[in-house]
Amino acid sequence: MSRRGKFVAGGLVIAAAIAYLIWAGVSQSVVYFVTPSELLAAPVPSKTYRLGGLVEKGSLKWEPKSLDLSFTLSDGKASVPVRHKGPAPDLFAEGRGAVVEGSWTKDGYFKSSLILAKHSEEYKAPQDGAQPGYKELMKSLRGDGK
Amino acid sequence: MIPELGYGATVAAFVLALWGAVAAAMSARTGRAALLRSGERAAVGAWVLITACIALMLYAFLTFDFSVQYVAVNTNRGTPFYYRITALWGALEGSIVLWSWMLSIYTLIVVVQYRRRQPELYPWVLSVMLGILAFFLLVMTIPAPPFERLTPIPADGRGLNPLLQDSGMITHPVALYLGFTGFTVPFAFAMAALVVGRTGEEWITITRRWTIIAWYFLSLGLLIGGWWSCHVLGWGGYWAWDPVENAAFMPWLTGTAFLHSVMIQERRSMLKLWNLALIILTFGLTIFGTFLTRSGIIGSVHSFTQGSIGVFFLGFLALVLLGSFSLLASRIERLRAEGVLDSVVTRESMFLLNNLFLVAATFTVFFGTVFPLLSEAVRGVKISVGAPFFNLVNIPVFLALLFLMGVGPLIAWRRASGANLKRNFLKPVVAGLVAAGTLRALGVANGLVLTAMALVVFVAGTIALDLFRAVRARRRSGDDWGAATWGLLLRQNRRYGGFIVHLGILVISLGVAGSQAWSVQKEVTLDRGQSMELAGYQVRFDGLSGSEESNHAKVTGTFTVTNGRAGGDVLHPAKKFYPQEQTPIAAVDYRLGFFEDIYLVLGDFASDGSHATVKLQVNRMVSWLWLGGLVLTLGAALAILPDARRPA
Repeated sequence: MSRRGKFVAGGLVIAAAIAYLIWAGVSQSVVYFVTPSELLAAPVPSKTYRLGGLVEKGSLKWEPKSLDLSFTLSDGKASVPVRHKGPAPDLFAEGRGAVVEGSWTKDGYFKSSLILAKHSEEYKAPQDGAQPGYKELMKSLRGDGK
Repeated sequence: MIPELGYGATVAAFVLALWGAVAAAMSARTGRAALLRSGERAAVGAWVLITACIALMLYAFLTFDFSVQYVAVNTNRGTPFYYRITALWGALEGSIVLWSWMLSIYTLIVVVQYRRRQPELYPWVLSVMLGILAFFLLVMTIPAPPFERLTPIPADGRGLNPLLQDSGMITHPVALYLGFTGFTVPFAFAMAALVVGRTGEEWITITRRWTIIAWYFLSLGLLIGGWWSCHVLGWGGYWAWDPVENAAFMPWLTGTAFLHSVMIQERRSMLKLWNLALIILTFGLTIFGTFLTRSGIIGSVHSFTQGSIGVFFLGFLALVLLGSFSLLASRIERLRAEGVLDSVVTRESMFLLNNLFLVAATFTVFFGTVFPLLSEAVRGVKISVGAPFFNLVNIPVFLALLFLMGVGPLIAWRRASGANLKRNFLKPVVAGLVAAGTLRALGVANGLVLTAMALVVFVAGTIALDLFRAVRARRRSGDDWGAATWGLLLRQNRRYGGFIVHLGILVISLGVAGSQAWSVQKEVTLDRGQSMELAGYQVRFDGLSGSEESNHAKVTGTFTVTNGRAGGDVLHPAKKFYPQEQTPIAAVDYRLGFFEDIYLVLGDFASDGSHATVKLQVNRMVSWLWLGGLVLTLGAALAILPDARRPA
């Protein structure tokens, strides 16, 4: 083989290896975004999804001792019960958007392994009422005597 | 008053930069020196006006002038004064101002340095740089005006994004932008060389130092970004393959490829076309990165807004790529290589491989970043490819690059004999294998970590061996060890600067491998007085307290951490409640160590302070990243010193 041929062949082998890596990487790690109604229309158990929706008001439950967090995500048409281990992350609250990564279980709930809360960038007038009861919280902590 | 003054200055600076670009190009065509002087005056004028914009904006921030919308959105009366200064680049509009300002400074330095030294290339360089500056000033004029007036004037502002109220955010954007804008200089010289038809090594020799400076600042920006992410966002996670991180990483990869491939052109007059393509690509990727992060196309904490700005950047990117590649095509007959590849096992082919892998890594990062967008646009299916994709594809590529880092600098040019290979590589290979074997015997079972460690020791071995031999040779002329080493570093500063940068990368690689393999974490809810244990650390929850800070309220937890070796340490992770945010933000507390960092994150808590959920992370070897950054800084500084010896 000529020298040039060797270089071209070597380059092609490497390019093919990297193309294969990309193909394998995508097919192994691609995760589909679904809405609650899309998920409920055709749930495939133990396949990884990213589920996006609004955290329904009044659905959030938190058990500090067992670290069980549960809530329902809704898109207005359907709602999916979600269970997660660990406290809610920053930016996560009822009535706000959130994306969870995890899988559908045969027991009829979505088992989340990761919560991605959406950061809202729209302008909000600053006001004390923005966080319900945070003044009371301050008071109760101060009265607590440390 | 300030909005109008600022807007006027922006428009005037835009007109000046545009005129300067045209005048410099016309002077190159016609040879009229008066036009060139006019272009230079325009460059100075643009710099003065952009500086005035920055001064006006700072004044508005420091005096709480909420008639400027940007000030009202990014500050409030409680914002401490240093964050009012950094709020300048805390959002889209201001960051473009910072970008323009740095670009105008670089332009001035080019004027001062090259107006006499490079009479032929210089007018075109000036024209290209002012043209790019004009684009950024256009962005400041139409799609992202920083001096938009707000009516009615609110009593108080919204406040800076709390995540950006951190010391890392003071320096991270500055370093990153110095890197991004720095690549404009070699790009402008490349374009000038193409226009004039002097496509030899000249433009590379002239811009070598510029490229290292730009590369260094970009590296620093990435590292500081990792540091910020580590203790604000990711708590020990310094890299998440977020699109924003990828956007800055891609030009770093091609810039690194460029730094290496120019050596081949300088030495062997090969790869002329490739080098031009690489610098075009690097510059294009800085614009693409800005498009990606600033257009709101990818949702992320950095994507501040949505608007027409994306169209501007995409249009400019198309213009840059079309213009420069057609210029390249028109000069293709001048870009033939003068040297040839003589053999497969040579330094040239190692550098070629290095370039191939770096560009492949760029492509995979690009693919992973853009593929979800394409999928959504073309198939209407929203997908994501996360960290697993990037890790799977890039780890083999980076390991190969590590290997080449050891081989490339020491293998012979043109043709490497068996004796040359044995002399340079036998001992380092043995050292690498011994290191991996020792670690295996000590119980490290992770194959990737073992491979990485073996490669790191191998590369460090090649560098040590080379340095040792060179110092020993100088010792023969009578110097003692210290003087011989010092003299060598200074005399061959470019070579050994590069080696020290390599050492920095090795230390960073150790940090990456170790932290990925050995970090552990645990999350539990503790009653007051209760303890938990992880990796030899005991954490006891002692209570909660509340306090009011200037622009937020804070709930602070008190935790005593002991590890049996030393006395207890008290950590104070907190939750901060910013009025402009609806949910609290965690403020992590941490202790950094040489081998282990501990991070404590306050999760949820009972409002009577009776119990709290806390996450303990023991992150190992993350400090090596910052240490590596320090070594890299030393190496880069050494490499940009003026050459002590005449170039060969």
